[in-house]
Amino acid sequence: MDYSKPFDAGLFPEGCERCSLTKFLAWMSFLGVIFLWGLYAAIRVLGFGLGETGMDDYFGFGLWITFDLAVIALGAGAFFTGALRYILNIDELKNIVNLAAVIGFLCYTGAMLILVLDIGQPIRCWFGYWYPNVHSMLTEVIFCITCYCVVLILEYVPLVLENRKLMQIRFVRILAHNFHVYMPIFAGIGAFLSTFHQGSLGGMYGVLFGRPYLFREGFFIWPWTFFLFVLSAVASGPMFTVLVCTAMEKLSGRKLVSWDVKQLMGRIAGTMLIVYTFFKCLDSWYWAADTLLAQGLTFDDMFYGYIYGKWLFWAEHLLLIVPMFVLMVKKLRENPMIFYSMMILVCASITLNRYLLTVQGLAMPVMPFDVWHTYAPNWVEWACCALVFAYATMVLSVTYRYTPIFPQEAELNKK
Amino acid sequence: MAEFKEFKIKWGMVIDIDKCTGCGACMVACQAENNLPPAEDASNKLRSMNWLTVYRLTNHKPFPDHEVAYLPRPCMQCGKPSCVSVCPVIATDKREEGGIVSQIPPRCIGCRYCMASCPYHARYFNWYDPKWPGDLAQVLTPDVSARMRGVVEKCSFCHHRFMKAQEAAVANGRDPMDLRDGDYITACTEACPNGAITFGDLNNPKHKVHELSKSPYAFRLLERLGTDPQVYYLSKREWVRREGDNYLENEKTGENKRQG
Repeated sequence: MDYSKPFDAGLFPEGCERCSLTKFLAWMSFLGVIFLWGLYAAIRVLGFGLGETGMDDYFGFGLWITFDLAVIALGAGAFFTGALRYILNIDELKNIVNLAAVIGFLCYTGAMLILVLDIGQPIRCWFGYWYPNVHSMLTEVIFCITCYCVVLILEYVPLVLENRKLMQIRFVRILAHNFHVYMPIFAGIGAFLSTFHQGSLGGMYGVLFGRPYLFREGFFIWPWTFFLFVLSAVASGPMFTVLVCTAMEKLSGRKLVSWDVKQLMGRIAGTMLIVYTFFKCLDSWYWAADTLLAQGLTFDDMFYGYIYGKWLFWAEHLLLIVPMFVLMVKKLRENPMIFYSMMILVCASITLNRYLLTVQGLAMPVMPFDVWHTYAPNWVEWACCALVFAYATMVLSVTYRYTPIFPQEAELNKK
Repeated sequence: MAEFKEFKIKWGMVIDIDKCTGCGACMVACQAENNLPPAEDASNKLRSMNWLTVYRLTNHKPFPDHEVAYLPRPCMQCGKPSCVSVCPVIATDKREEGGIVSQIPPRCIGCRYCMASCPYHARYFNWYDPKWPGDLAQVLTPDVSARMRGVVEKCSFCHHRFMKAQEAAVANGRDPMDLRDGDYITACTEACPNGAITFGDLNNPKHKVHELSKSPYAFRLLERLGTDPQVYYLSKREWVRREGDNYLENEKTGENKRQG
């Protein structure tokens, strides 16, 4: 045994170095504390009821739904990158597609965990399958999200099987190989399911004709928000994947994905960003200039004070428009600092969009004699989100330490 | 997507706002009749369970022109309910026997999407297990099942009274689908000391509500959204009628009514 290497070095990917086991365990313990804090909050919710949260009858949706919608959009790098890699055969993306799949898996399982807490009767979660209402966008979300979660598990399992020690077992080796052979099928199913539920999540809001802040016209049964959610997910998903990759590089001190691959991801996501920004602005203009007026309301009626002020609306749009133009300039996007900063802004805009639709959409009083109410999540809601963050970071840390998810890592870090 | 459903019988309510003093007897009667548990902290109005809530309206003018009105708001039992089409598990439906929007607590998964969809805030969530302190549980209405934690509930137009009225009609050899005016009324209608609430079949010319709903002073809440409520309000005061919907500055009250 080589005592100069960490105790668990035998499990590391071929040719890759990792920090000492003590350091790794200290990191995991830190995350574990956050996890336990969140677990305590989750147990309170399951044990006593949703009264433990800051939600009320005006704000039936709050931080958790915002969090779910945001991570599902940001986790869309999995299906989009997967589709580009395995269906359109963009070979360079093989260097980042594994990470995209892991992030997707973590985002979706995390969202499912929050949903279990967020529904008042988690024990009845199977009712969505047993008594489906085919007219509800949420039914489609339930079906597609759970099915896609299974697809993501199927995409994640072969990565685990790639572990050096596991691969020494013949059965595992053959199983992993077969998983890879069928990966284009998983990618195809994933692309189909994910496109639909991303859209349906947006459609959930657009169909609410009783909520002027949210209601949108559309095409056939799909309101415009359906298409906007798909576009925003494919624009922000790959960007989030690149940002997570970069954060991992900073934390581990190692190069994981080449700059060229990141730039390619940036170009793909940037193209989608142009399309999304164009239609988003068009939608906002039509909503303010036509849809609202038909309901006897004006653009000004949609905002209140500082907490639900117009600045949020403009911030959401500017955080798309500025990065769109900056990323169009080659010289600027080749500067890593600017490149990553613009990606952060886009992810912030998408998260803000989900927040505004979820919280401000409900805050806006529709009856003329009703008043604005405000919502602030309490510690239980934050802790449960922290639980998911800790869970995702722990799983990602273990996956990175023991599986070869970055094919370029050994090459990029050659001394 | 939500769609209109028309039924032979359409139970509806006409509330004369000019007769309402805001006493709250309707709210109390509703709570007692439908087994609504007392709130532990009733000061938090955003978590207080009232299937029927009385809102205070003002004409926004200073003294001496200042006026107030009180508007009791039950579930509107919309003809095109925003809540029914969104429920993922069909826990709520537009019932064929009278067009009442039902709610089935044992089916509800507590996702609260219906609450998000309802512009009237007519839906309530059980944030905790319901508790009836002391002997209060002994006086629960036996015909109404108590709801559990984690489900949504709402005004049912005292549906159990409808079933009782039908049973009584059958027992007396009458057609249960052709109830007489007054055979079936809600608890709030019965409790109102001023007779501000009238209840009956909007489609039946023999019922008083049929005529009242056609009054030139009748209006419904948020008609422009196209929800087609089965609850009508009456007021001779124009400013009260204007408070019933959203209007642009240049629009006249009652303009732009939309039927979905």
